[in-house]
Amino acid sequence: MESKKLSTQSRPPKTALHWREALFNASVPLAAMLLALLIGAIMLALLGANPLQAYAALVTGVFGSVSGITQALVKATPLLLVGLGICIAFRASVINIGGEGQIIAGALMATWFPLTFRTWPGWLLIPTTLIMGFLAGAAWGFVPGILKARLNVNEILSTVMMNAIAVQLMNMLIRGPLIDPAGITAGTYLAQSERLPEQVWLPRLIPQTLLHAGAILAVLLALAVYIFLWRTTIGYRIRAVGLNPDATRYAGLNVPFYQALSLTLAGGFAGLAGVVEVLGVQHRLLEGITSGYGFSGIVAALFGGLHPLGLIPASALFGALLVGADKMQRAVQVPSALIDTILGLVVLFVVGSALWTRRWAARRMMAALKQAEKDEEETA
Amino acid sequence: MNQLFSLTVIAGILTSAIRLATPYLYAAIGEAFAQTSGVVNLGVDGIMLVSGYAAFYVTLQTGNVWLGLLAAMLVGLLMGLLMSFISVTLKAEQGISGIGLYMFGLGLSSLLFKVMVGTVKTVSGFPALKLPLLGDLPVIGPIFFQHSLPVYGAFLLVPVAWWVLDRTTWGLQIKAVGQNPAAADSLGVNVDRVRYFSVCVGAILAGMAGASLSIALLNLFQENMTAGQGFIAVALVYFGGWKPLGIMGGALLFSTVNAFQLWMQVLGVKIPSDVAIMMPYLLTIVALAVTVSRARQPAALNKPFERGEN
Repeated sequence: MESKKLSTQSRPPKTALHWREALFNASVPLAAMLLALLIGAIMLALLGANPLQAYAALVTGVFGSVSGITQALVKATPLLLVGLGICIAFRASVINIGGEGQIIAGALMATWFPLTFRTWPGWLLIPTTLIMGFLAGAAWGFVPGILKARLNVNEILSTVMMNAIAVQLMNMLIRGPLIDPAGITAGTYLAQSERLPEQVWLPRLIPQTLLHAGAILAVLLALAVYIFLWRTTIGYRIRAVGLNPDATRYAGLNVPFYQALSLTLAGGFAGLAGVVEVLGVQHRLLEGITSGYGFSGIVAALFGGLHPLGLIPASALFGALLVGADKMQRAVQVPSALIDTILGLVVLFVVGSALWTRRWAARRMMAALKQAEKDEEETA
Repeated sequence: MNQLFSLTVIAGILTSAIRLATPYLYAAIGEAFAQTSGVVNLGVDGIMLVSGYAAFYVTLQTGNVWLGLLAAMLVGLLMGLLMSFISVTLKAEQGISGIGLYMFGLGLSSLLFKVMVGTVKTVSGFPALKLPLLGDLPVIGPIFFQHSLPVYGAFLLVPVAWWVLDRTTWGLQIKAVGQNPAAADSLGVNVDRVRYFSVCVGAILAGMAGASLSIALLNLFQENMTAGQGFIAVALVYFGGWKPLGIMGGALLFSTVNAFQLWMQVLGVKIPSDVAIMMPYLLTIVALAVTVSRARQPAALNKPFERGEN
């Protein structure tokens, strides 16, 4: 009540503590990360590896060479794309666990489409494949979206199920209609698709490395999503739905529509992640194309504060972590599943620590209100 | 196609269905406890994996299935405490913390399996136990009364859970906390303690679900061996309308579909195995779509409770 009165009568209270809050908000996930890494160190020690040596291998593995850094950026690209979708969905308080399935939908499209229209020139084929992949992922997100909107089906469960269905669909297609003809003639019957025509491969940014143009696309899209969410009416409505569904409903907004829309868009971005993995990295479809990005993208999104611009450094960090984990695995013989475990802990600690971020925000709000009241008394 | 409907095959499908319902039953009834108290625990699959691994490893080392089961329950309890701490004490967003717990459990069980076991090994799990007299009945006997102890336990759990939730003070408190935590709080019920208790009971049962896979049904451990059964179990709670009997109906429906697709593959019915494996997941979506709108969920489900907020 108090805040409403203030906002109509006087200017909003000055946010003197703003930079301190921002610093605090950024340090909370970092502290959560450190705590998770600390527990990881204990686990490493229990597994008989030297934690310091292991983490040193992780860091030098990434930052010790150009190839390490570019590999990290290559892994950061799908994380960023999936994370953008997660941001849009979570902002509408829709929890999208369906990244894995949506990546697969995009990757399937990115395989089938160029193989079907293989005579098209690259300048035409690449953009159309990107759009088609986006649409395929969006379709995979639309199903749980419309089920939530129309029938109130819990989207967490339906997206998990859509993941499992997508995996089986891909397994079926790369062993059947999409199987590499070379594998048939050679008699190996490898479960992978034919190699895509070269004109559809995403151009390399640095020769001799894996870094491809998808990374630039992802950063540009991050800016676009930021503008979309904070500078357009639809984006504003999506965020309003997430902040307070009841209020937006009373205000006449079609809440289910915006939730379904956000899940569809989330699927589209995850689908794009599948496209860049196929066109930029693998140049064909094979099992395990998702590399778990559907889940690690959630971690990156939470870590980036569910903000498209915060996601850029967060994805780079987690890309580095994933690459470093591979190097660490080789250096100290610890399975990379350790990193999956640590990622799970990061999620738990980041969502757990939200309590302190909220309390800080509440305290700051109270202080600002008191200050504003005092100012008002003084002027009166 | 004709042989699909012969008596032996139908009996075989039903026998498998009873067996395969076991992990669903433990996990879903456990989840019903957590959800009735207002906490959605989406980490069930992760708990099943770590507990399933613990049961497998302890049984492998000691040869004692009971120690294996105990280990699974202990690990389940620890995971439950972690989940309660994050979602009750720290009042975190339950959907995401559950996914964190799932990722943690998936990673940890794979890690431990790779480091401590490495290759596929089998254990001698709970033996089949033919009940006297009943087990000797023709047709009915093999279908219902020649299973291992955890299978009987799962079905016994249904009336027990119903009784606890519907007929005891505990159950009443759990329901009160899930419906109206503020009112329960004002009547002197410790909301947080009841939620801790319910989540932990659920997690211990999820642990038993994992153990039932690794030391009763399959007698081995594989990475990600649950293949999403924990998530299906959460869906079954919605499907069953938060009632043990309804959950049992759902679990049996799912296990029958599973058993049916396994038998179709055994009999070489011309259906791609990938399509067959998809069926339970598709069925889950359909089941959710059909049932969710009619069920009355606990009013405070998914809402952290903070004193003086309402």
